[in-house]
Amino acid sequence: MTDKYTQFVSHGIGKDLAKKLGLPQPAVLRRYQPGEPLVPGPVLVLGSSNGKTAGSDELAAALVGWGLDVRRSALPKERLGAIILVLDGVEHPDELAGPVLTAAPSIRDLARSARVVTISRTSASAANPAVAAGRQGVDGLLRSLAKELRAGATANGILLGDGAGTTSPSTLGALRFFLSGRSAFVDGQFLTVTSGTGRLPADADKPLAGKIAVVTGAARGIGAAIARTLHRDGARLVVVDIPAAGEHLAEVANEVHGTALQLDITAEDAGKRIIDHAVERHGGLDIVIHNAGITRDKLLANMDEGRWNSVIGVNIASQLRINEALLGSDLLHKTPRIVSVASTSGIAGNRGQTNYAASKGGAIGMVRATAPLLVERGGSINAVAPGFIETDMTARIPFATREVARRLNSLQQGGLPGDVAEAIAFLASDAAAGITGEVLRVCGQNLVGA
Amino acid sequence: MPAAAHSASAPHESPATQGTLRRAVVVGGNRIPFARTGGAYTKSSNQDMLTAALDGLIARFGLQEERIGEVAAGAVLKHSRDFNLTREAVLGSALSPETPAYDLQQACATGLETVLGLANKIKLGQIDSAIAGGVDSASDAPIAVSEGLREVLLDLHRAKSLPDRLKVLSRLRPKDLAPDAPNTGEPRTGLSMGEHQALTTAQWKISREAQDEIAFNSHHNLAAAYERGFFDDLVTPYRGLSRDSNLRPDTSMEKLATLKPVFGKGLGAEATMTAGNSTPLTDGASTVLLGSEEWADARGLPKLAVVVDGEAAAVDFVHGKDGLLMAPAFAVPRLLARNGLSFEDIDFFEIHEAFAGTVLSTLAAWEDEEFGRTRLGLDGSLGKIDRAKLNVNGSSLAAGHPFAATGGRIVASLAKMLHENGPVNGRPARGLISICAAGGQGVVAILEAYSAPEGR
Repeated sequence: MTDKYTQFVSHGIGKDLAKKLGLPQPAVLRRYQPGEPLVPGPVLVLGSSNGKTAGSDELAAALVGWGLDVRRSALPKERLGAIILVLDGVEHPDELAGPVLTAAPSIRDLARSARVVTISRTSASAANPAVAAGRQGVDGLLRSLAKELRAGATANGILLGDGAGTTSPSTLGALRFFLSGRSAFVDGQFLTVTSGTGRLPADADKPLAGKIAVVTGAARGIGAAIARTLHRDGARLVVVDIPAAGEHLAEVANEVHGTALQLDITAEDAGKRIIDHAVERHGGLDIVIHNAGITRDKLLANMDEGRWNSVIGVNIASQLRINEALLGSDLLHKTPRIVSVASTSGIAGNRGQTNYAASKGGAIGMVRATAPLLVERGGSINAVAPGFIETDMTARIPFATREVARRLNSLQQGGLPGDVAEAIAFLASDAAAGITGEVLRVCGQNLVGA
Repeated sequence: MPAAAHSASAPHESPATQGTLRRAVVVGGNRIPFARTGGAYTKSSNQDMLTAALDGLIARFGLQEERIGEVAAGAVLKHSRDFNLTREAVLGSALSPETPAYDLQQACATGLETVLGLANKIKLGQIDSAIAGGVDSASDAPIAVSEGLREVLLDLHRAKSLPDRLKVLSRLRPKDLAPDAPNTGEPRTGLSMGEHQALTTAQWKISREAQDEIAFNSHHNLAAAYERGFFDDLVTPYRGLSRDSNLRPDTSMEKLATLKPVFGKGLGAEATMTAGNSTPLTDGASTVLLGSEEWADARGLPKLAVVVDGEAAAVDFVHGKDGLLMAPAFAVPRLLARNGLSFEDIDFFEIHEAFAGTVLSTLAAWEDEEFGRTRLGLDGSLGKIDRAKLNVNGSSLAAGHPFAATGGRIVASLAKMLHENGPVNGRPARGLISICAAGGQGVVAILEAYSAPEGR
């Protein structure tokens, strides 16, 4: 459900009023529905400068293979579903002008909830300053463009490491994610593809078919949405929450046809119990989503040991311990995927949340350091950092504070639990195998923080 | 796979041939926390609670859309509209709507009797899976119209003309308008269950202190079991309650000693039965998942225990030959003898605590030489049980006792205890369940920890 203000200003009197008063006019976002078109119109693919178009040609061919209506140059007045800027050949800031200025006039022709996606190379992999400057320039360009887009349109970028190309499975996987309604609340963000591993799903609507997934904190809110989304995408589920949340947990389990495991994840043997349950009941384990988390907000000056320790214990210490059990287990299936729910608070900080932000920053550190440990088994680990999401937790924020918080992003609205779940489902899929150690923000390009 | 499973020609995995029986295993259980009457479940009907207990079981074991062989449950206090209570609960649950169900009622033994009946069907190869259960609400109890009003209303329905109807109506008297609320009195004696037990408690000379000790242990054992997470996979919270609301973890012998007696005050002897050593009226529901070994294996489900055998007994309490709740004293020796077992072969005793006095009177009868000789036909007493093996994770005095739900609570908990305990002297751990019931009845059963048969 979109918030009431967004509904009000989306049509009729409310729309006129908001326009006249110069009030924010958040759009009703395009969200993924199985079977719906990937993008709301033709896709314009613009290539690198200096005549090097190999990357964009290959990519355009791949998109045609998906059944998309692909343009290599814009037709006048035609509404576009997406613009893809293939900038992987950029070796100097001067080279940005060609494709960028070619795309410029088409920005006005973008349909509602259209997409702009850049594909470029990481500046870290650049050998000399000019190359790095050109590549890093894409970062500023993309983030600024995302702030200029309107009507639910978003701009996101894919960064290629040395091991990846424009048509690597995970490049195409990330592109598909960004183009689709699955990325509705992801804006102004980059995903780095570091390797050519990965596999696109046989059925794009069932990317997790045959996978066995565990979701912690699944009784309500974002956790329940993650369970529903993974189920929709074809996974078999083990839903976990503390025993006291068992009633809601059972409802979620029955809805997603999974099994409910009432378990305190801070227990010493939680990892073993999760693995045993998944293996005994479902025959294995492919995906673990660390979602369980609590807040115990207080200014640091008023912080007590109980508040601090419980947040660290639940939000990060438990994840470290469970991951240790997962990494030490030979019962895990090949190519395990782990996704941890972090928070923009862990990146940009938040008043009253020193404990929470420490735990969420901790999750980001953990993900980066765990990624290399999973490479050998073909696994991956990533974090998703939600911004303002409409949940029972944020509904308790005082009205005025909440209203300001939810508008402070490029999409001028709060995200939905399902938006976070979509990002997690993508990172848990084999199409994202070449993406690891990353943090993806689902925040509508929150104005606070990085 | 409900569609395929519906085929009448689908063969059972291993049909019972003459003389051989399959084993019926307890896969697990689920109950909602028990609530003192007038508490958290005041607004919940039997159907609501039974459905919740079923849905928790389905969630725990991933049984959504599964066609279970049969579901049997019941309630002691039952509305006439709930004539198909269990089937209605199944239809409201996440199970396949093609799952058949029936209601059963044997007072407080209802829950255990559903387990025994369904286990027998599994052993015979008639069904491969089953859910047994029970529910009771003393909060949402049925209130009937008086017998006088009921007769008038029925005659009124049959009357054909206005004068006839007026004639029928003229029979109504003010007293007929008083509702007929349920009570726990025995129809043939008019005595409440507590007053009956008070007679038995006095007969067996059970002390107040011994009864309070049973209550104290019940609360402390149940609290400790909750603390170590024993109930994490046996209980699903309901309506904001995540533990039994009657549980008093901090109760003490001193506190229990301060309570005033409530039953047996007119017996002449010192009254010993208090609200502390008697179970309160309680609301709640429980379920137990049963299956054949093959059925459980095919779904990767646990096999905690085997339902070995069960026995029912009844006593002539009407003429005072035995106490109302003493039937298990006769059922247990018969069951042990049939299975060639003695108390030494039992590792866990689950004796339902209707009243602490019931447990102690039963134990006293078993320890009594004369009772053993004259009533049980033995050479001496049946024997003494090791108190350290009695209700080790608490029982009804602490958890509460929603009549028909108690059997399911005990079977699921005992199955888990047996499974966790591991073998005893090279044989599977064994547990005895004893439940007394209104009408002078009792049902008892033996469960054994599951162990794979030889050669498997």
